[in-house]
Amino acid sequence: MPEEKKQVSTKPAAAPEKTQETEEKAIALKPLRFSAAPHLRDADNVPKIMWDVVIATLPAVLAGVYFFGFYAVKVLLITTISALFFDWAGMKLLGNRGSLFDGSAVVTGVLLAMNLPSSAPWWLCVVGGAIAMILGKQCYGGLGNNLFNPALVSRVALLIAWPSAMTTFYKAGNIFSQVTAVSEPTPMGVMKVEMMSNGTVIAAKGISIWDMFVGNIGGSLGEVSGLALVIGGVYLLLRKRITWHIPVIYVGTVFLMTGIFYLINPDKYINPVFHVVGGGLLLGAIFMATDMVTTPVTKSGMIIFGIGCGVIAVIIRLFGSYPEGVSFSILFMNALTPLIDKVTIPKPFGAIKEVANG
Amino acid sequence: MTKYWSELTKGIVRENPLLVLLLGLCPSLAVTTSVQNGIGMGLAATFVLVCSNVVISMIRNIIPPKVRIPAFIVVIASFVTIVDLVLHAYMYDLWKSLGLFIPLIVVNCIILGRAEAFASRNSVFLSFLDGIGMGLGFTFALILLSSIREILGNGSFAGIKLFGESFEPAVLMILPPGAFITLGFIVAGVNKLNSRKKKEGE
Repeated sequence: MPEEKKQVSTKPAAAPEKTQETEEKAIALKPLRFSAAPHLRDADNVPKIMWDVVIATLPAVLAGVYFFGFYAVKVLLITTISALFFDWAGMKLLGNRGSLFDGSAVVTGVLLAMNLPSSAPWWLCVVGGAIAMILGKQCYGGLGNNLFNPALVSRVALLIAWPSAMTTFYKAGNIFSQVTAVSEPTPMGVMKVEMMSNGTVIAAKGISIWDMFVGNIGGSLGEVSGLALVIGGVYLLLRKRITWHIPVIYVGTVFLMTGIFYLINPDKYINPVFHVVGGGLLLGAIFMATDMVTTPVTKSGMIIFGIGCGVIAVIIRLFGSYPEGVSFSILFMNALTPLIDKVTIPKPFGAIKEVANG
Repeated sequence: MTKYWSELTKGIVRENPLLVLLLGLCPSLAVTTSVQNGIGMGLAATFVLVCSNVVISMIRNIIPPKVRIPAFIVVIASFVTIVDLVLHAYMYDLWKSLGLFIPLIVVNCIILGRAEAFASRNSVFLSFLDGIGMGLGFTFALILLSSIREILGNGSFAGIKLFGESFEPAVLMILPPGAFITLGFIVAGVNKLNSRKKKEGE
């Protein structure tokens, strides 16, 4: 056996007796075991990450419940239960591995509910959960294999399928006085209608920035309160579940682009602060565009992702027919994520550049 | 006899042109917004497929191999023109809703594919059976696709309202994404069915 090994060995000049000695020593010390990377593990796992995200959504969820009362609770409960059920059904049906209790279905359910108007009827919530889990996640092979953010897939599918149900928003009240089912357009909707009809933004300017920041406006139940969303985002940052790159660059790009338009013509375009707090931008940037599965892994990739999301969202908001472009922009950049990852793959230390067509 | 039977039935499920071979996707996805359209498109394509299969099989030995594709297209286009004019004359509504997709049957992959792969190599009678089987398979697939889309997207079947006023149809299913989603689920189902059959056969 040693004879054969020597022949196979590529090291030419090793002294034979010494090699044998060290080999024997190593074998005596410990059996050599091989395994695939990773070799260093910490105590993190999927449930811990997912439950952290659930905790981070709590401020915004509570804000939604405060402003929309019982309606918000109903949407949250039905959507989450539906997401759990269809996640389980999809796993059984398609034979995917996964656990119902890893929290990922709860995260998707809660995020989807945050994207729905508080006026959503029960069947919209049930169908939403089914689309998110079956079409958005289990069809791709389950947790970690999906190309698009499941909650956003579902939101956009619902928006196209039932446009009127998805764009009827209840007026924000508070939970202590009775919340009435009076509909109120979102600030982005007000701006869009005005821009399309007279090319001005006077009515939209009348909406108080403070109301929009706190959440006292019409909108999806999780998007209304910028303050609560930022608190959740800071929690995620402190727990190191997300990095600052995508949210900051996404919001920054939107602020910068809309700022430039505002400076060019303040009568036709509204100020950039309105764009940051008036729609679903903070919800999208903090919770949707930072999903681990569907966004780039490298820092430079995240920067490209954030800029791309910002540019697309602004173009849709200012020039498209939809009032809100955040979900479309994130889905679009989700599709580009594999490409971005491929382009921004870091060079290993000491690697030699490959000769083209070598 | 079994040979004839198998040539006739292979197009229905086992080698269904739309659901297994995935041919002719463009007209299928575009016209299946209602059951009438699905049936109309399926039968029009079936007529063209049977006729072109028979004629091409008849003249298969006198077509020079180098110009066989243009020759096939000429034969197919003649029958498509007949279908187009007949529909225009007697079924004006259907003709209007199918629109551009009737002339486009000329370049439907199923028809050219059967001409190239089957009719140009087999006898007239076998080609006739193949055309009927494949045509019916295509029609069956279109009816399935368009029923699901019309029921979910419009709340009706062949124009008859199925649900009460409270039913809110999912507009998505009538739009192009609905076509892709529905086709994806049907193809997955057929694949499952075929693989289970294969397992039983082994």
